[in-house]
Amino acid sequence: MKQYDIVIIGGGPAGLAAAVAAKKAGNDNILILERDHELGGILNQCIHNGFGLHTFKEELTGPEYAYRFIEQVYELGIEYKLNTMVMDISADKVVTAMNREDGMFQIPAKAVILAMGCRERPRGALNIPGYRPAGIFSAGTAQRLVNIEGYMPGREVVILGSGDIGLIMARRMTLEGAKVKVVAELMPYSGGLKRNIVQCLDDYGIPLKLSHTVVDIEGRNHVSAVTIAEVGPDRRPIPGTEERYTCDTLLLSCGLIPENELSRSAGIDMSNITSGPIVNESLETSIPGIFACGNVLHVHDLVDYVSEEASRAGENAVKYINAGCKAHEGSNDIQLVATSGARYTVPSTIDPENMDKLLTVRFRVGDVYKNCYVNVYFNDERIMHNKKRIMAPGEMEQIILQKKKIEEYPDLKTITIKIEKD
Amino acid sequence: MEKRELTCINCPMGCQLTVEMEGNEVLSVSGNTCPRGDIYARKEVVNPTRIVTSTVRIIGGDKERCSVKTANDIPKGKIFEIMKDIDAAVAHAPVKIGDVLVKNAAGTGVDVIATRNIHQI
Repeated sequence: MKQYDIVIIGGGPAGLAAAVAAKKAGNDNILILERDHELGGILNQCIHNGFGLHTFKEELTGPEYAYRFIEQVYELGIEYKLNTMVMDISADKVVTAMNREDGMFQIPAKAVILAMGCRERPRGALNIPGYRPAGIFSAGTAQRLVNIEGYMPGREVVILGSGDIGLIMARRMTLEGAKVKVVAELMPYSGGLKRNIVQCLDDYGIPLKLSHTVVDIEGRNHVSAVTIAEVGPDRRPIPGTEERYTCDTLLLSCGLIPENELSRSAGIDMSNITSGPIVNESLETSIPGIFACGNVLHVHDLVDYVSEEASRAGENAVKYINAGCKAHEGSNDIQLVATSGARYTVPSTIDPENMDKLLTVRFRVGDVYKNCYVNVYFNDERIMHNKKRIMAPGEMEQIILQKKKIEEYPDLKTITIKIEKD
Repeated sequence: MEKRELTCINCPMGCQLTVEMEGNEVLSVSGNTCPRGDIYARKEVVNPTRIVTSTVRIIGGDKERCSVKTANDIPKGKIFEIMKDIDAAVAHAPVKIGDVLVKNAAGTGVDVIATRNIHQI
């Protein structure tokens, strides 16, 4: 098997942007491994528009956005293998993969970029009582059936979860002639964008029931009815609030989980909160030379941010190789701490020597916050104080750190992000 | 005078907007916390438009369906008529991004165009 400097696991938006950036940064020996039969990842089935406002200053559909990067991969002559499943990544960066043409093969890489994306939380992880009949799909599976294969999963639909994919599918099924009866959301707020609630539900008169969940599924062979009930502040169903909907389909849009089996078996340190690898300012994991970006690192709200982050991972992988593949020393690392409403940060540590002039730190909040401040502390001193009219768990937040500012604090050990009233 | 209730889509605040109208003329917008809400409400009550995205059946291609969109915004009230035209359409591979697959959909003067490439097999 041919040798490669950089092996990228996944040919979706993160893998494509990482490959393009690494090539442009001067490395000519890159391989993308993709398990599907085409490049583009989940964007191929996201046929709605609204992608790319930040990156291209225009609204594109998912396939169009993907093609902007796929085209560059073609033009730059970056190698890729489709229908290829990666089985293992070892701690010394030997990638084991298989496909029908090459059989099982191993590639010893100088750097590996993890770009495997995420998958949907399945029914088995939700503890929904009732029968296990046909007709229950994750929203993304239904999206693939309708948009790629051209099949309708059903005609009368109930949707649990108000994530963006669920909202988008409520509209999509309606446009194709299905009746979407209700969208039930466990939380008292929706995890989806306002724009999607208005343009996917309100436009078509589809009710959104917040603080509701599914308490029963009927049907021995195929779904015949779903019962939802209101939940209290403890998120337990309130007896007497049950409503029964006859339907043939239940779609689940209940969160996304980074797909990190390969990262775990390689022995990479993982975050309990994001379910993604813990990374430093270079997006490098606990194993030197293995980088992570996109939804495998933490679930993003906008693909534009995935592309931007993945480009940095690509450039940093080239930097690592050009510097002789040396392990990060780490004794001057600054810890990033998220607390008081901020749930996590990416990255988790910063080595000021390796950081660029500006570093974007992304995080999410754990609740809906109105008229609050994002406060950033260097050790105990507050150095940033940004007012936010609203923050919600469904939207990623960011702060931008300046290298110049950090260098003014030679004893800096921790940078803390807090959400506070003042 | 007519009153219309809307949810602003510009940010997660989702301000509840109330628009007072006389016929097709907007008298006032209230409930917004920023100017973007005012602009949104005035357009949405007088001339709401949307981009419609769907898929068209493909013959002789490496894919069963080709994703499509209306080349421009279309009036919100025309969405289902346009869907009828899209569902009735059949295209032959190859197809390139930007190819017109339905001309003048539902008489709106707006074409439906491909948003992905389909190769011939």
